[in-house]
Amino acid sequence: MRIFRQSLILLSSVLASFLTFLGTANADGHGEFKLGVVTFLSGPAAEPFGVPAWNGGKLFIKLLNEGKAPAPYNKKGFGGMKITAIPIDESGGATKQVQEFRNLVQRDKVDAVLGYVSSGDCMAIPSVADELKALTVLYDCGTPRVFEDASYKYVFRTAAHAAMDNIAIAKYLIEKGHDISSIAGINQNYAWGKDSWKDFSVSIKKLSPNSEIKNELFPKIFSGQYGTEISALLNSKAKVVHSSLWGGDLQSFILQAKPRGFFKRTQVVFSAGDHVMPGLGNKYPEGVILGARGQYGMMAPDTALNAWWYKTYMDEYGVFPAQPPYRMVQGLMGLKMAIEKAMEKNGGKKPNKDQIADAFKGLEFEAPGGLVQMKLGNGHQAIQPHAIGKTAKDKNGNITVTDIVRYKASCVNPPNGIKAVDWINAGFPGADC
Amino acid sequence: MIDEILTIILDGAIYASWLFIVALGLTFVFGVLKILNIAHGGIYALGAYSTATLAPIFYSLGMPEQFVVLTMLISALAVAIVITPIMERGILRRFYGQDEVLIVLVTYAIYLVLEDVQKLIWGMNSLYVSEPRELLGALEFGSLYYVGYDLALIGLAIFCGLTLWFVLNKTQSGKIVLAVINNPEISGCMGVNINKVYLAAFFVGAFLAALSGSFTAPLISVQVGISVAVVIESFAVVIIGGLGSIPGAVIGALIIGMARAACVHKLPEAEIFIMYFCMAGMLIFKPKGLFEGVQARKI
Amino acid sequence: MLRNLLNNIIFQSVFLMTTLILMGIFIPNWLVFVVTKAIAYGLVGLGIITLMRGGLVSFGQGFVFGIGGYSAGLLGVHAGLTDAILLLFISFIVTGLVGLIIAPLLARYRDIFFAMLSLAFSMVLYGILIKIDAIGGSDGFVLPESTYFGIKPTTDYADYVLYVVSILVAGFVSILLRYYYNSTPGLIALAVRENELRVEYLGSSAFKVAVLNFTIAAGLGGMGGALNGIALGHIDPEFTYWTTSGEFVFISILAGYLSVPAVFLAALLLELVRSFSGRYFPDTWQLILGVFLILSIIFIPSGIGSFFKNFFDTFSKNKKS
Repeated sequence: MRIFRQSLILLSSVLASFLTFLGTANADGHGEFKLGVVTFLSGPAAEPFGVPAWNGGKLFIKLLNEGKAPAPYNKKGFGGMKITAIPIDESGGATKQVQEFRNLVQRDKVDAVLGYVSSGDCMAIPSVADELKALTVLYDCGTPRVFEDASYKYVFRTAAHAAMDNIAIAKYLIEKGHDISSIAGINQNYAWGKDSWKDFSVSIKKLSPNSEIKNELFPKIFSGQYGTEISALLNSKAKVVHSSLWGGDLQSFILQAKPRGFFKRTQVVFSAGDHVMPGLGNKYPEGVILGARGQYGMMAPDTALNAWWYKTYMDEYGVFPAQPPYRMVQGLMGLKMAIEKAMEKNGGKKPNKDQIADAFKGLEFEAPGGLVQMKLGNGHQAIQPHAIGKTAKDKNGNITVTDIVRYKASCVNPPNGIKAVDWINAGFPGADC
Repeated sequence: MIDEILTIILDGAIYASWLFIVALGLTFVFGVLKILNIAHGGIYALGAYSTATLAPIFYSLGMPEQFVVLTMLISALAVAIVITPIMERGILRRFYGQDEVLIVLVTYAIYLVLEDVQKLIWGMNSLYVSEPRELLGALEFGSLYYVGYDLALIGLAIFCGLTLWFVLNKTQSGKIVLAVINNPEISGCMGVNINKVYLAAFFVGAFLAALSGSFTAPLISVQVGISVAVVIESFAVVIIGGLGSIPGAVIGALIIGMARAACVHKLPEAEIFIMYFCMAGMLIFKPKGLFEGVQARKI
Repeated sequence: MLRNLLNNIIFQSVFLMTTLILMGIFIPNWLVFVVTKAIAYGLVGLGIITLMRGGLVSFGQGFVFGIGGYSAGLLGVHAGLTDAILLLFISFIVTGLVGLIIAPLLARYRDIFFAMLSLAFSMVLYGILIKIDAIGGSDGFVLPESTYFGIKPTTDYADYVLYVVSILVAGFVSILLRYYYNSTPGLIALAVRENELRVEYLGSSAFKVAVLNFTIAAGLGGMGGALNGIALGHIDPEFTYWTTSGEFVFISILAGYLSVPAVFLAALLLELVRSFSGRYFPDTWQLILGVFLILSIIFIPSGIGSFFKNFFDTFSKNKKS
């Protein structure tokens, strides 16, 4: 009998804990829009991407809720609904993120999820999102494969994929007459680094078939020690060294390479090199060609919307916004426009997921980084204009970006229906520059 | 050709020295306390952070630049002084005599806590202390420049290794530690205060971890997440060299350092894999590493 | 008669399983999912507990967890095999065999050395997995949706069906293990834990026991990996990472080696703590998780299983009578 009582105790304790947690599930409120925001809050990707992005997102959401953003984003919240954000840490790998995503959708009953920096997460989440019919906005990750290998109903990406970064850099090198007779690369050993190098090296080969590939280095991610790689790259005497390193890896690489005369001996290009500028400040080397994954930060276009955003962020945090906050705000703006468009169609009532997804498809909206058009992946994947520049010291001795060349979205992004890699291999057919 | 080989050796030696300094404390603590201290990586990060905090203060005092090395030592000491009582006395001591794996788990928990403690104390922004790296200038070697500071790391590694070896083998307190390593029970019966030895050994291990962080700080941007790689790499060194063995750590660091340098120069595709390859080979042919530290079990 | 029936381990398990399956209808979706995941982790924990009874703890169960997950995933993607129950069974066999191959290498070692070497194995596998682009490299890959005896449940019911399957699997495994623990080799394991030397003198082989236990642990770990992969619909090298292995060890230590159901409870507890600290303290969830680990090890040193120790005692008494 005792054993039976014991199992009853076990059962009831399990039940009790169930019920306790049941109580935490909130009821679906009216006039409120629950938004799960997933980005890196711990680990090596937090400092460069997650935290500045969420800083920007937090600030923008606050301003939206107060109705203080400029037109066309001046409506309070999302179409009058107050935005309640639930931030979640993105670290821990794609599998853990699938679970966190399910928790957000099923437990917290969020209306939408905005997030994901890591390409691995962006590859894993969409199939679950469609399965759970959860509206999902990918705001940052780079891999083109998300909408090239599959199509999803409820998933959108409001920023251009990474192919543009490397195509534009290749074009820039040629237009500016740089010596590209030999190239070398140092990129992290995972999808992002490998894709970036492939896009860049193939683009260069297409534009200048005689250039020779010297070293292709793929150090492991977060290794932080690049002494050997720097020696190997210097020994190769390549004219151009390409890198898509980011965050702490990029900072460490710069700190270790600079005293060895690396940036004076070879032309270095960083495909996503702007986001460490606020941190490194004047330790950033001169003469580096860099992209910001869009017209962001020091390469942002001269528009009223950008001037407002740049100043707002600068006033709040004391540093200029680099790509991460721009991209998160771009995602929020896209979502806001889609919701408000759907709301209008729905007679001013809160639209459902299907209505928002319909409105999101093919949406065009003006963001601080320029016009964003949801043109690829049948209206689910954005393209946007791009800019490439070169670092130099201004007259006060501060590092800044000069020699900026801007590229139309249709010049550096493939047309709908063509995979980025095929488009590069075919020599950019139909590019409208 | 000769140039390239020399470059490989030099690059390998620099990297191996760094690995050795990082792994030395880990293998020492393991040798004495039989604890694989996963929080080693966390202490390394604390060392880096405390140097990144104290060095700017030092520079603002306007003292001769060379003394920054002292600041780095002091910051490592400070970390060890703060962390040892908390970790060893406060937490780990409760678990001595219990399953060793339980203690590994506890150090893992401490590692998790330290990750967020860094965030709470220093925030999310990167810190930079590249100034000490300019201290020794640059040397031309072949057609390449090497930074004097990087080369000095080789000296630091040799110094740390030799000092620890000397203290262990040539001083009385060192011999007591060796006795405890060999057999804690009997040493205890002979009147050795084992708890004191453990505390001292843990302190040395924590100091070495923090020191490696302090001297790595000028090379990197100090930020959240720098401890992850350290845990794995120092573990690999220790596995290859033999758990708890100092000469083993030398060999382990040299094998990984040289193999990696050779790969980066001659076979870049294999670079990411080489460390695991060395480890796998060692596991299959000599599962307890090149230098077996202590007896697995006295049967 | 009734008393005997109530004390019967099979009756208890069936009762518990039925209750949980019925409960699954009423509890919210997310919890169904969390329980499924906890069972996946609990299966791996059961494996470690099997080892623990023989005095060994593996700090590298991520190794078999990953192999199990990847074999289920690869069979699903490349061989079109999507039957969840079949996949669970196959991954049990596959990882059991892998375990049998490496067990003789590991079984020579004890204590911390055993733990460290198993950890090293898992890290080597991690190094290999992130390198192979054909299976997604560091990103991993998406698994096809599972079927059950040729039937594919609609999305609304998929989670629940898998929940039921995992409860049945967990119950079945628990009963078998309970019988194994009380069998001769199962009891020798306990003796090895007490004093290996005496066991050897009495003519039994501690080595054989270790190999057998490691093989069982490997099979269970693989099954847990497959279940986890199927539940999440995605798999990546993180399965084999040392932090994942650390969680398994924590589950088994929190549960203690005295009770089988306690393992699943421990897994559920960890899952809930992690998930809720991540939800409400996104910046400092690691701190909370770490403190939770330390406190539970300090205050429940012999595991929550010690609360249910009577499960075990009563059953041994039955055996004697």
